[in-house]
Amino acid sequence: MDLSLLSFVQIIVAVLLIIGLMVGNAVVMVYVERKVAGFIQRRPGPYEVGPIGTVQPICDSMKLLGKQLFVPANIDWILFFLAPVLAFFPVLLLFLPIPFGPYLTGLGVGDGILLILAFAGFGVLSNILAGWSSNNKYGLLGAARAVSQSVAYEIPMIMALLAVVFMSGSLNLSEIVAQQGSWPWQWNIVVQPLAFFIYLVSLVGETNRAPFDLPEAESELTAGFHTEYSGMGFALFFLSEYANMLLVSFVCATFFLGGYKGPFLDGFWWTFAKAYAVMFFIVWIRWTFPRVRFDQLLNINWKWLLPLSIINLWLTAIIMKIIS
Amino acid sequence: MSSLNFINPFGVRDDPGTVVGDFYTDNFERNARPGTVILNLGPQHPSTHGVLRVLAEMDGEYVVRAEPVLGYLHRMHEKMAEVKTPWQFIPNTGRVDYLHPISWNWAYAGAVEQLAGLTVPPRAEYLRVISCELNRISSHLLWWGAFVMDLGGVTPILYAFEERETINDILQIITGSRLTMSYFRFGGVSSDIDARFIKLTKDFIPYLRERLKMYTGLVTDNVILRRRVEGVGPMSVDLCQRYGATGPILRAAGLARDTRRDIPYGVYPKLEFPIPTGPSDDCFGRYMMRLKEIETSLTIIEQALAQLPSGPYMMEKAPKATFKLPKGETYFAVEGARGQVGVHIVSDGGKSPYRIKLRAPGFSNLSLFAEAAKGTLLADALAILGSLDLVIPEVDR
Repeated sequence: MDLSLLSFVQIIVAVLLIIGLMVGNAVVMVYVERKVAGFIQRRPGPYEVGPIGTVQPICDSMKLLGKQLFVPANIDWILFFLAPVLAFFPVLLLFLPIPFGPYLTGLGVGDGILLILAFAGFGVLSNILAGWSSNNKYGLLGAARAVSQSVAYEIPMIMALLAVVFMSGSLNLSEIVAQQGSWPWQWNIVVQPLAFFIYLVSLVGETNRAPFDLPEAESELTAGFHTEYSGMGFALFFLSEYANMLLVSFVCATFFLGGYKGPFLDGFWWTFAKAYAVMFFIVWIRWTFPRVRFDQLLNINWKWLLPLSIINLWLTAIIMKIIS
Repeated sequence: MSSLNFINPFGVRDDPGTVVGDFYTDNFERNARPGTVILNLGPQHPSTHGVLRVLAEMDGEYVVRAEPVLGYLHRMHEKMAEVKTPWQFIPNTGRVDYLHPISWNWAYAGAVEQLAGLTVPPRAEYLRVISCELNRISSHLLWWGAFVMDLGGVTPILYAFEERETINDILQIITGSRLTMSYFRFGGVSSDIDARFIKLTKDFIPYLRERLKMYTGLVTDNVILRRRVEGVGPMSVDLCQRYGATGPILRAAGLARDTRRDIPYGVYPKLEFPIPTGPSDDCFGRYMMRLKEIETSLTIIEQALAQLPSGPYMMEKAPKATFKLPKGETYFAVEGARGQVGVHIVSDGGKSPYRIKLRAPGFSNLSLFAEAAKGTLLADALAILGSLDLVIPEVDR
């Protein structure tokens, strides 16, 4: 990759667009999540501000911006303020290699998925720092949970993605999409159903969403690692949570659901439609299921997902060997 | 004046001599094992339902010991009963337990009637049964939603509230209020039921039965919920009896003790209803027990509506507001949603009772928590706390 002026400008523009996407996604998802939750819980959801409540997320963000910053006593000053920033910034890079459309990629990195998986690990770092520095026992427990959960769920996630990488023989996301066909039965989900299932479960675990929202388990740890954050500190965690959700949904769409390809009119709208379908699924199960217990969460991972993903990887390798 | 700390420029410096917590925390900390963390849950915590405070000594995710700290909602109802006339105290009884106020109405009115030798007309007795059982259902429904919320499922409580609202609408017709009802009077009830009440109640019974089936499919059969409650927090009959636990907890453990059957009061002897004993003594048993009790209550209401006699809903020559209790002592107990609700009155014949003791089932049930939560995970401890169905105003009184 040559760092010419053109590619530099391309990265800047891409990052700016990604910031816009992240913020826009958070605004849309706050509204969608609350409306879907309202629908599931048989209540109207937000409806006061704007037509059917569409301006509600703007008002919420204004409220968060205008809030007084509460800083607890005895905190680790630097880490406390570093944590939300650290939660937010790595996500920017994560969107760069994703092929939104045939020609719409932030940065055509050869080993795109490697970049994503490497930087996805940063998320948990911010959780640890937030929980550790805020001088709160709930925060500490939440941080401890976040670490063991993220470390655990990253492994089957990588294994599931690796099975697809085996098949396509490339770490390049554009290449993986290019090898899938236009029709749903030509997508990787058909040949790799087990990998898709494993990825779908670990995706929920990785983004700390219910029923795997142990690091912020509301009824146990009030808000877990971000208990002491208010105002924009909280907003940044919130933003990065939705951005992480969007990222794993995009990766899911790219790896398993054919990316930008569709039965007609290939383009970025297919990527977005598929990613948001996955997002809707995440929101749906959040408002349906109770939370699992922490030991159960780890048992699901180490006793089921990990062996299954290894078996899946072996099977893929063997079949690939036989076919070729 | 300490020098500026770079890591912590504005915070208070940790001084080993300073007292960090309050009296309870310090006492609790004194017996702590090395390497454990004292976690203070509440009085403001999402799953302590009101203002219960629990001190927990945590070893990682495990609770080494946990101790409830009470008194944050102590409102001196017993003292108030000693300075108010019996008539003035009736509204207080509805405020002791805001989820099942009618049981407290009944316990107090029943105790006074027993002491003064008043007889209640049959129609009033049936009205008491109907209102009390409707209220019991609404209490159990709210518990159901709140318990699943403790486990992390936020949706069921909104479903439960829908039925609870219907019951509130029905009870509003006769009691005039939706939360802290004071429906009972000495020698009867405050108002008669009308055709609308009967129609709404008769419509409600099959509707709730259908809904309970839906809840079984939606929530009870959910694999995550089953794994969270099955085998969690076993409370044997022996443990329950040592701490004086009553109600669904004791019945779930396998002992068919129900005040409605054991110390019959009102017209319960004339009604046919089973006393279900639970499938197991864990959280799942208590969960199923309460759902079964909702069905039992529906049966009782059906029978009571069918048998409802005509006549006055208030005894003739009912006590006036200046009514004085005769000298004597009595104890009257009814079955509340949480267990045996008892009122012990000692009267010296004065304007107000000399001494009154309110036996709150929640208080005895909470006593089990410290023992049951020992050695469990934090999430399990909170599930156990939720399964006890605590109403803090009743625990503190």
